[in-house]
Amino acid sequence: MVSPKQDIRIGFYVCHCGHNIASMVDCPAVAEYVGQLPGVVLSRDYKYMCSDPGQELIQKDIAEFDLNRVVVASCSPLLHEHTFRNAVAAGGLNPFLFHMVNIREHDSWVHTDRQEATAKAKGLARAAIVRVAHAKSLPVKKVPIHPDVLVVGGGIAGIHAALTLANAGKKVFLVEREPSIGGHMARFDKTFPTLDCAACILTPKMSEVGAHPNITLWSYSDVVKMDGYVGNYTVTVRRQPRYINEELCTGCQECIGNCIYKEPKFPDEFNEGLGKRKPVYISFPQATPQVVLIDPEVCLNFRHGVLTDKCKKTCVEACGDRKAIDFTQKVETREIKVGTIIVATGFKPFDVKRIPQYGYGSYPNVYTALEVERLVNASGPTSGDVILRDGRHPQAIAIIHCVGSRDKKTNRWCSRVCCMYSMKLAHLLKEHTGAEIYNFYIDIRAPGKGYEEFYDKLNEEGVHFIRGRVGEVTDWAMTPEEEGKLVIRVEDTLAGFVRRIPVDMVVLATGLEPQADSQDVRRLFNMSCGTEGFFLERHPKLAPVNTFTDGIFIAGCCQGPRDIPDTVAQAGAAAAEAMVLIDKGYIEQEPNTAYIQPDCSGCKSCIPLCPYTAIAFDATTQKAVINEALCKGCGTCVAACPSGSIGQNLFEDDEIFSEIDGLLTN
Amino acid sequence: MSELTSLPKADWTPRIVAFFCNWCTYTAADLAGVSRLKYAPNVRVIRLMCSGRVDPQFVLDALRRGADGVLIGGCHPGDCHYVEGNYKMLRRFQLLHRMLRDMGVAEQRVRLEWISAAEGERVKFVINEMTAQIKALGPLNLPQKFENWDREVIELARHVRQQEEISGVTMPTPAEKEAVHV
Repeated sequence: MVSPKQDIRIGFYVCHCGHNIASMVDCPAVAEYVGQLPGVVLSRDYKYMCSDPGQELIQKDIAEFDLNRVVVASCSPLLHEHTFRNAVAAGGLNPFLFHMVNIREHDSWVHTDRQEATAKAKGLARAAIVRVAHAKSLPVKKVPIHPDVLVVGGGIAGIHAALTLANAGKKVFLVEREPSIGGHMARFDKTFPTLDCAACILTPKMSEVGAHPNITLWSYSDVVKMDGYVGNYTVTVRRQPRYINEELCTGCQECIGNCIYKEPKFPDEFNEGLGKRKPVYISFPQATPQVVLIDPEVCLNFRHGVLTDKCKKTCVEACGDRKAIDFTQKVETREIKVGTIIVATGFKPFDVKRIPQYGYGSYPNVYTALEVERLVNASGPTSGDVILRDGRHPQAIAIIHCVGSRDKKTNRWCSRVCCMYSMKLAHLLKEHTGAEIYNFYIDIRAPGKGYEEFYDKLNEEGVHFIRGRVGEVTDWAMTPEEEGKLVIRVEDTLAGFVRRIPVDMVVLATGLEPQADSQDVRRLFNMSCGTEGFFLERHPKLAPVNTFTDGIFIAGCCQGPRDIPDTVAQAGAAAAEAMVLIDKGYIEQEPNTAYIQPDCSGCKSCIPLCPYTAIAFDATTQKAVINEALCKGCGTCVAACPSGSIGQNLFEDDEIFSEIDGLLTN
Repeated sequence: MSELTSLPKADWTPRIVAFFCNWCTYTAADLAGVSRLKYAPNVRVIRLMCSGRVDPQFVLDALRRGADGVLIGGCHPGDCHYVEGNYKMLRRFQLLHRMLRDMGVAEQRVRLEWISAAEGERVKFVINEMTAQIKALGPLNLPQKFENWDREVIELARHVRQQEEISGVTMPTPAEKEAVHV
């Protein structure tokens, strides 16, 4: 259908990508074939097109052969389109007079027949050659970037990212769902393998966040809406009522002492329900912000969350002139403008009730790892004394590894941290109780600085390691010494027989899972999830903190299970990526916006289709008009226009029709 | 309506044109590559920003030019990068299917699939399944079919003229004008 215009001079390059492409596609044959196509002035194959010499080759050829179009057949455009556009621009051509052909991800890597793969590569290249003739020069669109950053999630990842940015002079909004920042790390007793106290290394950072002039901390809040695009996001944050005025509360906690409930009565979330709190409480002593809150579900002044004013309000009396208690507080929404967003929403521990044979919930002395963290903690509900739920001190303790990890019935992935934290808990429990400790493992995974040495140290300490996945935890005694104990039934795969080991306490090393609402968060921020539900990075190796939406970055366990050092490193990387955008000062936008052509009949059918309300009707010209700043370039209106009067830069009708044509002509 | 397929040539293999949205299905196809999944080499992908950009004319044009099938891939409902482009595609697709059915094109030849960026396996499965289905159906070969239909029309026109000569009554429209593809 389309014959290239006379003055089209195309340069074609096919990349070997070492052996990645060349082993399955006959690159010289593709180059030779394309060289004969009309409009192609020059056709080469080269080992690594993305390398400096490869890019220089393009630049040199543009000058020497007076090329005005360039096609590169190599990897996915999502990986290197930008690289080659820059090379084309450096050669003096408009960067959009370029088209890329994906013959690696879509061809050489997925096919097994060299002849067929080569034929496919030729077909794809031919389509690009026909299409690129229609390419137009387009301006690079630059929009300014808002310098403020939103960090979602106040665990160690969010805290570190926020502090890094704030210390660099950026204004940061840190939004945390819980009443205090700190996340899971704040609940840990010690950290492996150095055994430094988690609170001692975390709480100074938390206070720094609370006091930092560049950080606006909104705890007990969540993000409900995000609009806009990279550099210019509008975010709506919902702030839950604490029934305490944050500005007026001094954190003296006199209200807690004077609550009408003399004794704490309600399960304390921070201590995994092992301790009790009052209706007015502070999550933990070092909570940041240092502001109490009132739980309307259990406060006497409310009834099922509704204000009744029936309590004597001794707390208000105690607060006195500070007047910080405000029972009339309502949910508030705030709208903020930011340029970039770092999502660090963390993980959820595996729900051990999904494996009923381990007896959690049935046998009181079965604990999750996080409960044990609180149990051994000096500021925990028992002040660090390991007392079982039945009041005894354990003489023998079993730690079951891989609970909800590496299991086709639950989660297939390795949660990466459980081996190490299990060994840490083994050490701490031994230290606290002197009990015999049995670890039941599949494999010990200790790949980190000082991790293997920690494993060696535990072996020397006399902690037992038994290789085998535990079949069940039971209280059915078969011998007198098993009476009143929990019996671990396990096949010892090194000894080669089934063992029964009686213990007093069982610790389940729960794996890490995506947050329960990770799908909602993903939609909220326009991200993708992997099959397991963790947020998907743009590239597993080269863009691990970027997402497919520009300006949105991920850090920490929301992207996949990882330990604290890796989380901190990733949070720093996300902060640096955000600063790359901010310090540049502007965003280069893909010019793929739609535009109205003069033959628009003014039928208005496009107007309701646009999800961004970028299309309006101009009453004077009786035609539709597209606001380029609002258009995001999806092309839905282009496809829907009954008279074909809407064009889309980079995806014009004639470009796509010619690509179809090129794919199907032999 | 069933397809009138000619017997495939010995070296015939289906040619399928695919329109994949940039954010979900194209990325999923990249993931299939990175994961080194292996699938049939019959699909050629055209990248669009959104499945909402797929003009039904693209599909018809591909079939007209000799494609044996067309695959459209977009984000799952509710996951569209552009909020609702995939729903717009779905609406058009329903209409397009009715039209293709009336044209006698088997339903399996034009397929709409929601494939998220994480579903590399799904890309492999859909491409293999669709290739196998179309292999079983045989070539669509619309260009040849247009010629055959035109020949039929011309034949019909000749028949009508003969009837006119016999009866002496002239029919109002010359039927051969409807033949446009020869």
